[in-house]
Amino acid sequence: MPTLTIDGQEVNIDAGSTVIQAAEKLGIYIPRYCYHPGLSVAGSCRMCMVEIDKFPKLQISCYTPVRDGMKISTDSEAVRKGRRDMLEFLLTNHPLDCPVCDQSGECDLQNFYMAYGRYESRFLEDKIKRRKAHPLGPHVVLDQERCILCSRCTRFTEEVSKTHELGIFNRGNRSVVDLHPNRTLDNPYSGNVIDICPVGALTEREFRFRCRVWYLKGASSICSGCSRGCNISIQYNGTQRGYKAEGRRVQRYKPRFNPEVNRWWMCDEGRFGFEFIDRKRIESPHLRRSQQLQYADWSEALEEVSKALQAAREKLGPESIAVIASPQLSNEELFLIEWLFGKQLGVKRMGWRNPAETPGFEDDFLIRPDKNPNSRGAEEFAFAADVGEILRSAADGQIKILYVFGHHFEDPAGIEALEKADYVVFQGANWNATAERADAVLAGATHAEKEGTFTNFEGRVQRFEAAFPPLEESREDTEILLDLAQKLGFAPEFFTAEEIFEAWQGKHYEDLQEYGKTLVELQR
Amino acid sequence: MVGLFGCPTVINNVETIAHLPNIVEKGGEWFASIGCDRNGGTRLFCLSGHVERPGVYELPMGTPLEELIFEHGGGVWKDRGLKAVVPGGSSAPILTAEEAHQVKCDFDSLASIDSMLGSGGVMVLDDQTCIVKALSVVSHFYAHESCGQCTPCREGTGWIDRILHRILAGEGVPRDVETLLNLSENMMGTSICALSDAAALPTRSYVSKFQSEFEHHIRHKACDVEEKLAAALS
Repeated sequence: MPTLTIDGQEVNIDAGSTVIQAAEKLGIYIPRYCYHPGLSVAGSCRMCMVEIDKFPKLQISCYTPVRDGMKISTDSEAVRKGRRDMLEFLLTNHPLDCPVCDQSGECDLQNFYMAYGRYESRFLEDKIKRRKAHPLGPHVVLDQERCILCSRCTRFTEEVSKTHELGIFNRGNRSVVDLHPNRTLDNPYSGNVIDICPVGALTEREFRFRCRVWYLKGASSICSGCSRGCNISIQYNGTQRGYKAEGRRVQRYKPRFNPEVNRWWMCDEGRFGFEFIDRKRIESPHLRRSQQLQYADWSEALEEVSKALQAAREKLGPESIAVIASPQLSNEELFLIEWLFGKQLGVKRMGWRNPAETPGFEDDFLIRPDKNPNSRGAEEFAFAADVGEILRSAADGQIKILYVFGHHFEDPAGIEALEKADYVVFQGANWNATAERADAVLAGATHAEKEGTFTNFEGRVQRFEAAFPPLEESREDTEILLDLAQKLGFAPEFFTAEEIFEAWQGKHYEDLQEYGKTLVELQR
Repeated sequence: MVGLFGCPTVINNVETIAHLPNIVEKGGEWFASIGCDRNGGTRLFCLSGHVERPGVYELPMGTPLEELIFEHGGGVWKDRGLKAVVPGGSSAPILTAEEAHQVKCDFDSLASIDSMLGSGGVMVLDDQTCIVKALSVVSHFYAHESCGQCTPCREGTGWIDRILHRILAGEGVPRDVETLLNLSENMMGTSICALSDAAALPTRSYVSKFQSEFEHHIRHKACDVEEKLAAALS
């Protein structure tokens, strides 16, 4: 492995690596536009130039292979001048759009100019005019004037999505990025070009003018759209004035890098599918009074539910209670359900898989056919009963209390079960066919509002943290279950999500480290 | 990368390949004995521009440029005086008339005065040529041909082209001279291919060797060559 010196620090790295990678290993960030570790090297922006001993000219660090004994400076006078010159060239035709550009605040032209530019402009010519606000597809808008022709987007559609929608046309400074003739940018991963575009040339249609990025806060989370478990950052309204937010807390999802799961990418369905967090929410508990679901406060609701459970257990035994857990719940919540209903109440009829749910679209990249984030997690618990059987038993009148978590039962078997069961408790975050037929509705939280872990289809356990507290009077599901447990007279020894995780796996959250750990790795 | 038909391939200029039969037949020493030390053989000089007899002349390396232009080429046309010579294709730094009278046509001699033999395309400019206009023509060519991949060339060639257009339109400002010189420096050695250098070298040499012409255009919004011509005719 060659050893080289960068800015006086020695680094050892695999042969075949480039200087920019060696610098990264030392924690030295070299500014760049066209280089992206997930794409092929273009070497065209010339921003990553460094000074290498014995080389007369500056060299681009993204394409120069490391050699033993190389001495490199990323901060010499010549390097700083080179960066300033490249910025000057890039900014000559760049429009003065900052006040109206969504990228402002996370723009690499702004950032690098403030770090390496800061020169007075001497460009007196007219800037070249190109297409602005040109929709490329359902999610992406192109502004050709802002484009710095780094070719990250065209390389993405060639190498990652392999759909070849984008290309660079014309020549010289008339070059433009555009769609190939008769194409639309509608592949399932189109949103990723927005992430990789260093400037405001490719922006998100839904997010346009919605929120300035410096108002956003981010929470490290996991996408709940399918069993892949792509790592995301839920970016939510931190300090934007409330009247502008239109009741929306989540502004957008951005993928987080995880070399074992999704690398730098995520699919469009997951990226744009967060409406459920802020819309059609169950905002408080409800109890059915004279055929109608009416508002109830938590003590009322939990009182009624716990009394119903106790009565059923005493008079008819735990066989009269059935629980349908959900693969949308976290491992911590599933553990609590197993503990409370299974161990404490002795309920045996516990299942989790909705028989009416059919596998969805899948591809050979990220999208999985199972559209639940924690099916593999649910398999680890004692929810062995077949849900179809539970529903049939309920339809036969054998179930006194049917406790459903989250599922949307709109098929005939499900609806019959809901109508024939004596008392239906629904615990979940969004209104659906089950909640509307329930006798007690306990307002749960979405995964954006709680802390926990999901296990993806490969068995990798990944943490997610809460972005904001539950909406209105809804509550985290662990809290609801712990409260219910206390009302039923049980004394749990775990309260926080981490304590529950420790009770489950015997490990701490920090053992999951940065990229999660598989069940096999955890049990070692 | 693969060669033609998947075979090892050598790519060369036709001129180079045309020399090969003679070298193979008559030997390397024969070829090296023509011309001068370390610059052997003959060269096909493509003489063009303001001369009586433009054409392709095969001459030994090291032939004085003066001989090529005045003896073989018949001298500057229409009895005009020599102003400047571009010795090696449009990207070669321009020579003043004085330099042209003194230099020999070989790689080392031209390199020693910061120009180049390049393609051997010798372009002669007479004393009625506006150097600003000449540079504008060359710069426009490079701006048009730039592939657009890398930043310095894509933006630099276009910027130089537009500055010169502005100067010729009478809207130049004094700092344009410094800007042109500075841009050329910034475009050299920072690009993927040599086109950026090829556009920067002429710009740097035309502006620095004929700076007064550029300054006249900027200050007086008129061409001093045209003014002198008009004065001479009246």
